[in-house]
Amino acid sequence: MTAVIGKPIKRFEDDKLIRGLGQYVEDLKLPKMVYAVFVRSQVAHAEIKVNADQARAEEGVVAVITGEDIEGKVGKNFTAWIVPNSNQVGAEISSRPLLACRKVKYVGEPIAMVIAESKERAFDVAELVEVEYKELPAVASIENAIREDAPLVHEQMQSNIALKWQIKNGDVDRIFSESDRVIRQKIYINRAAPVPIEPRACIADYNFSNGKLTLWVTSQNPHIHRFYIANVLGIPEQKVRVIAPDVGGGFGAKIDIYNEELLACYASMILKRPVKWVETRSEHFVASLHGRDFLVDVEFAVMSDGKVRAIRGNSYANMGAYLGTVSPGVASVLHGLILPGPYAIEAFDYTTHAVFTNTMILDADRGAGRPEAIFVLERMMDLIADELGIDPLELRKRNYLPSGENIQTVTGLSYDSLDFSKVLSKFGEVSDYEILREKQKKARQEGRFLGIGVVSSIDICGFAPSPVVGAVGLQAGQWESAAVRFHPTGKITVLTGTHSHGQGGDTTYAQIVSEILGVPLDSIEVLHGDTDMIPMGWGTYGSRGTSTGGSAVYRAAEKVREKGRIIAAHVLNSKPEEIEFENGEYFLKSDPQKKITIQEVALHANVGWNLPEGVEPGLEAQSFFDPPNFTYPFGIHLCVVEVKPDTGEVEIQKYVAVDDAGKIINPMLAEAQIHGGVVHGIGHAMFENIAYTDDGQILTGSFNEYALPKAHFIPRIESYFTETPSPANPIGAKGIGEEGAIAAQIAVANAIIDALKPFGVKHLDGPYTPARIWKAIRGNLAKV
Amino acid sequence: MIPAPFEYYKANSTDEALKLIRDFGEEAKFLAGGQSLIPMMKVRFARPTKLIDISKVQELRYISLDGDYIKIGGLTTHRELEKSSIIIEKIPVLAHCAHEIADIQIRNVGTIGGSLAHADPSADYPPVVLALNAVIVAKSIAQEREIPINDFFLEAFTAELRPDELLVEIKIPVMKPNEKAAYIKIGHPATGFSVVNCAVKITLDKEKIEKARVAFGGFVTVPYLDEKVGEFLIGKPANIDTITQASELVAEGREVIGDYYADADYRRHLAKSVFVRVMKKALEI
Ligand SMILES: Cc1cc2nc3c(=O)[nH]c(=O)nc-3n(C[C@H](O)[C@H](O)[C@H](O)COP(=O)(O)OP(=O)(O)OC[C@H]3O[C@@H](n4cnc5c(N)ncnc54)[C@H](O)[C@@H]3O)c2cc1C
Repeated sequence: MTAVIGKPIKRFEDDKLIRGLGQYVEDLKLPKMVYAVFVRSQVAHAEIKVNADQARAEEGVVAVITGEDIEGKVGKNFTAWIVPNSNQVGAEISSRPLLACRKVKYVGEPIAMVIAESKERAFDVAELVEVEYKELPAVASIENAIREDAPLVHEQMQSNIALKWQIKNGDVDRIFSESDRVIRQKIYINRAAPVPIEPRACIADYNFSNGKLTLWVTSQNPHIHRFYIANVLGIPEQKVRVIAPDVGGGFGAKIDIYNEELLACYASMILKRPVKWVETRSEHFVASLHGRDFLVDVEFAVMSDGKVRAIRGNSYANMGAYLGTVSPGVASVLHGLILPGPYAIEAFDYTTHAVFTNTMILDADRGAGRPEAIFVLERMMDLIADELGIDPLELRKRNYLPSGENIQTVTGLSYDSLDFSKVLSKFGEVSDYEILREKQKKARQEGRFLGIGVVSSIDICGFAPSPVVGAVGLQAGQWESAAVRFHPTGKITVLTGTHSHGQGGDTTYAQIVSEILGVPLDSIEVLHGDTDMIPMGWGTYGSRGTSTGGSAVYRAAEKVREKGRIIAAHVLNSKPEEIEFENGEYFLKSDPQKKITIQEVALHANVGWNLPEGVEPGLEAQSFFDPPNFTYPFGIHLCVVEVKPDTGEVEIQKYVAVDDAGKIINPMLAEAQIHGGVVHGIGHAMFENIAYTDDGQILTGSFNEYALPKAHFIPRIESYFTETPSPANPIGAKGIGEEGAIAAQIAVANAIIDALKPFGVKHLDGPYTPARIWKAIRGNLAKV
Repeated sequence: MIPAPFEYYKANSTDEALKLIRDFGEEAKFLAGGQSLIPMMKVRFARPTKLIDISKVQELRYISLDGDYIKIGGLTTHRELEKSSIIIEKIPVLAHCAHEIADIQIRNVGTIGGSLAHADPSADYPPVVLALNAVIVAKSIAQEREIPINDFFLEAFTAELRPDELLVEIKIPVMKPNEKAAYIKIGHPATGFSVVNCAVKITLDKEKIEKARVAFGGFVTVPYLDEKVGEFLIGKPANIDTITQASELVAEGREVIGDYYADADYRRHLAKSVFVRVMKKALEI
């Protein structure tokens, strides 16, 4: 066997990107192209009057489009997730008008689109669009939005609740009354922004000779963009081509279909010129989706021995002013179902709520609902451990679900495969956990405050199968497509319906094909991101790229190999059953010297001179793979911090991640995903915070205020894997893109709170900035 | 983002720059490294209609030892200061301070003159030049004048410079063997600019503190020399007790600024802590 799977192959994608030879949307220039800039709301809630007369009269201006200009001419930007049995508010209220008309509902909402001959002119003229605001009461935080007398974001509604979805199983009340203790905590997970390194951008080009619209866009899912454009603008889907060229990171921000992109298409159609828009760095903080912002109030029923028996509570997710492409699912399904995590819980009663506020729209930010769930769960586990005087790791051990396949959870999920014993034993080898606890004790005696966070996590990845996805309300499928095509020269093109924007999908897929077909890696080209070239597919997010997309590639490659076997048998004057395949060669079982390479077979297939009867020419296959189940990667992460009580400063001293994401195709890329995720989680825990004032002004509207983790804030990250194959796909792979971010945010939080224990601090909401930590210490010191 | 329209002029000498600014008046601005001005123009907070590019005026780019003073040309970059053997030897605290600014790319173009003229209350140089008792040399077509550093920082983003004046030189007294100095900043995680920064210069008379200049920035709208703290230290033994007692006086009676990341209460407290660290660092205790 060639054994390319499992090798740490360097990414093919990097060379050109490192040399600055990437082709991002911003790099593209089309003849006669014009440039768009958006005039955005300065206030959170107001009636508006727009006067664009002066702007329109300016030299170099091609058009100024306002909400009133397009009202009734284009559709609205609707959500693609309608959660069943949730009383989800209807599309007429929850959909985003492409441009605000008469009313604005959040800071940054697009009011007018200024299009000029040059980027410079567009920026200049945008200042001349006059907007008169008559301010209305606004609401920004969940707590304010769910008050009885809260100002309404949408006046047609009775409250700001956009949906309410309950998961209930078991006799919760009885178990609560039987339990030894009930532990309750209100936990707030603050808002963050995904901030990919490349801001969003698009160019729309309508060709009026054939009615075809092409959109180059920073998209994680070009086919979903195509679907939306066709729907909102009323263009036949075959007349829309969406191209996502090199895309510099997504983290969820580029899943959503945004107003600016739809408007660029509309403008190109009416102007008959290509229209380009590039988000500015600061604009990203008000124009691209935010994440997190969950308020959760939960109670856990526990026994004195640490056994957690039941959970009940409520969650509230801040949706912003409208529903995002998938945000209803983020607030409900993706959050609530995983809340019991890897633990055996008997009964569960949890109601998720989605809440409107006068803020930017919230949607899927790396993890989307699951980080918040695992944060709550693992915060509670530490509170319970503390309350019962049980070591936090020991408490978790006492509650793990059994190892095995298709493990049923209290929320009705079936974990594809689970084996915490393996993870635990690896963790035992590499973490020094007991020694660290000793060190912590000693340090405390010396007046130094170390904290240890040890968390278990589990993620829902690769949503599937499609009927289940549909049943929980996502108006889409979640299977994936791939095509593997042999050229006459024996080289291969692979098409995938996923989209790689930094993950290394091209390298991973090439490894899969190389493994199955025994061809060299450098004879494989992986293509994605063009709806005219690629079969229908659903893009990359939710850690589905390898487990779902890679499995489609795997299946397509297998089909190619099998067709090749038939041709090889014919050429070798034998029967397919008599043919073996190894290292890229077909040979006779009985006489291995009689052989033919797969490349030779490809030539036979492509010229078609000598094929068995009934076999069509060509050597190419497609697969549309719909996995039978989600995949559930799991792991244990450890974080050690030292807190300086005098100033609240935190130093991360150690970070260990042991993850099980099933079969690992490329250990280097897997580790990179964990590293990136952990950095993301550290950022979310310690610095990243989208803050609004109570009346909806954004306080963190640029990199002057919004802190991303810098290299020098990050400790050495030790990453290890165990491999428990998933039965949900032919590779045995699970998702890995979000696991690091999910585990790290709470590992850091728990470590910091653990360090603060001597000061009587039991719980603290993030972000864990020095000032907040200092306050927590001081607040509690005052009580002593 | 794109700045508002402006005209661009390039000056090849100090004289040329001064003539241009005299002719243009207040609508013009000097462009040195552009590391503060261009970001402000890009978000259109600053809208000069004319820019006079002085970045190639080589005669303002020097570091020299002249008797008891080190003289630094206004266009000397942060990186040049950080790497200068004269600075490292004679005023190491200034080299350290320059090193603390941003990253190498920015330090390669940003200038000390530009930073001081910009008078950002969270910048790195202000407390250091205050502690070191620097003198600023400003020049216009009409005159050249010296401004004691104590009189230089007027308000947030406003220094004692007239619109037609160029900051041509910074003069800093050379450190004597019995003088100890140190600088520490606590950076904002978003920008690296100071939440609190503090510099001290201590003159020792054996075990006792003979003179002390203690300066702060970051948590106040104008970087300042804390005279109360300085006076308290005089005549006291150079030990932890003295430092702890002095720290209680830090920022006394001063209005402290705050934001959502670090509010005023916290910054006031942090200033005391940072002061203690800086003193320990300077006195090596
Ligand atoms: C990402 C980033 C991070 C940064 N981090 C830090 C940091 O951590 N600490 C820190 O202290 N600074 C930091 N800075 C600011 C940096 O130090 C700037 O270089 C400095 O503030 C300005 O110097 P400049 O030469 O670039 O001036 P410019 O930006 O060219 O000019 C600034 C202002 O001073 C005026 N001016 C310039 N030179 C003169 C002169 N000789 N005489 C009179 N007026 C003049 C200009 O007209 C303008 O108004 C950072 C900047 C960036 C972009």
